[in-house]
Amino acid sequence: MILSVEGLYKSFKGKPVLNDINFQLGQNEILAIIGRSGVGKTTLLRCINNLVKCDRGTIIVDGMYLCKDDNGSTTYAKPAQMLQIRKKLGLVFQNFNLFPHMSVLGNIIEAPINVFGASKSEAENKAMELLEMLDLGDKANAYPFELSGGQRQRVAIARACALNPKIMCLDEPTSALDPELREGIALIIEKLARDGMGILIITHDMNFAKRVAHRIIFMDEGRIIKESSKEEFFNNIENERIKSFVMMD
Amino acid sequence: MFEYILRLLPALLSGLEVTLKVFFLTLVISIPLGILVALGRLSKIKPLVFLVELYIWVMRGTPLLLQIVVIFFGLPIVGITFDRFPAAILAFVLNYAAYFGEIFRGGIESIDKGQYDAAKVLGFTPAKTFTRIILPQMIKIVLPSVANEVITLVKDTSLVYVVGLGELLRAGKIASNRDASLVPLIVVGVFYLALTAVLTAVFQKLEERYSYFQ
Ligand SMILES: Nc1ncnc2c1ncn2[C@@H]1O[C@H](COP(=O)(O)OP(=O)(O)OP(=O)(O)O)[C@@H](O)[C@H]1O
Ligand SMILES: [Mg+2]
Repeated sequence: MILSVEGLYKSFKGKPVLNDINFQLGQNEILAIIGRSGVGKTTLLRCINNLVKCDRGTIIVDGMYLCKDDNGSTTYAKPAQMLQIRKKLGLVFQNFNLFPHMSVLGNIIEAPINVFGASKSEAENKAMELLEMLDLGDKANAYPFELSGGQRQRVAIARACALNPKIMCLDEPTSALDPELREGIALIIEKLARDGMGILIITHDMNFAKRVAHRIIFMDEGRIIKESSKEEFFNNIENERIKSFVMMD
Repeated sequence: MFEYILRLLPALLSGLEVTLKVFFLTLVISIPLGILVALGRLSKIKPLVFLVELYIWVMRGTPLLLQIVVIFFGLPIVGITFDRFPAAILAFVLNYAAYFGEIFRGGIESIDKGQYDAAKVLGFTPAKTFTRIILPQMIKIVLPSVANEVITLVKDTSLVYVVGLGELLRAGKIASNRDASLVPLIVVGVFYLALTAVLTAVFQKLEERYSYFQ
């Protein structure tokens, strides 16, 4: 397993948002986490990427403890180790959060050069390779404001891929896309998974989950209420909450 | 007439020199200091925030003229003395750093929080996040307000007359009184206008330079 989350709890101002979350993600696997708005999906992703600290829980990223629960007291990795863990995690934000003052190429090579000490030529070669793969080769020198939503998203994916992460997390990757672009992103995600990454997708787009995921986790009110293979998930939905959510779509 | 102006020039130019010195020194020191003020104001260390807020309140809540007078005439009473020029510069820097600090704080706060998240997941340290991601975006945002403040500074430099420094306006007034003529004051006005015109052009160029992104 490349990612495992055990007994994860998180609350905001005493209001529980994540309640005993347990799941694992394997290499080459595409896992979709679905659920209504506000059930804590983004918060879960933010915990895994250490953008917020959980109240308690254990998160193991490729064998390294990001945080470890020891009978209720949770300790986090030290900064040096955290940096190694960060390198294994890629995150594509729902609104991409590209750096507006840097070109597409600049966005991608910034962290490899300035954080991880890659040489400029090395970082640029890798970036151009990624851009070609994502069909953005001609946009290397463009600035984010000059790109369409779909192009920005692919730049965000390229930026996250530039550090060769083992896990790629995507928050609502289809919310800004038309059906054609949605298929495009599905193909990219499948390629990344084939090449070895574990992919964690957060979405309320049922059709997209159906199209791309291998496994599905359904969250409700901060809990995982169903976890199963895609086939099983869609073939027998007995839970009323899930049924109404799936039907809505 | 033309000859009269030529005769005025040496005195006015030496006044201009003082004005420019006060202007540039104040800028060069108060802008970096203003960044520190903004960072202090935004820090999570409560006592520091309180001190910085107090400082900003005092600097913005009292006249610059009073601050100059206190530093040059007041502090010697408690045994701290400055020469005229350092006293003037100190007052200007303290005053302008407070204004710049507030401008920079506004700029930093208006940057999307997602930029910090993106930097964090890419492994940036807080220092690198500030210099590589936040600062360049902040500069673009604050340029128009900084331009305003800089133009104000040009005119504020005339306040250093109070410690007896012979800046541009004072040189003009002396000549005007001596010759009972309006001409020196008009020439002084033209000098200020020329200065602000140059600065306006410089800031326009800077804003153009930062127009490559949105
Ligand atoms: N920083 C925060 N401070 C306080 N409450 C927060 C914070 N972040 C999230 N929450 C709350 O936590 C709950 C879960 O939010 P989260 O963003 O994880 O939901 P979500 O499942 O991603 O929803 P959506 O599908 O709308 O994106 C919400 O009730 C939200 O108001
Ligand atoms: Mg969300």
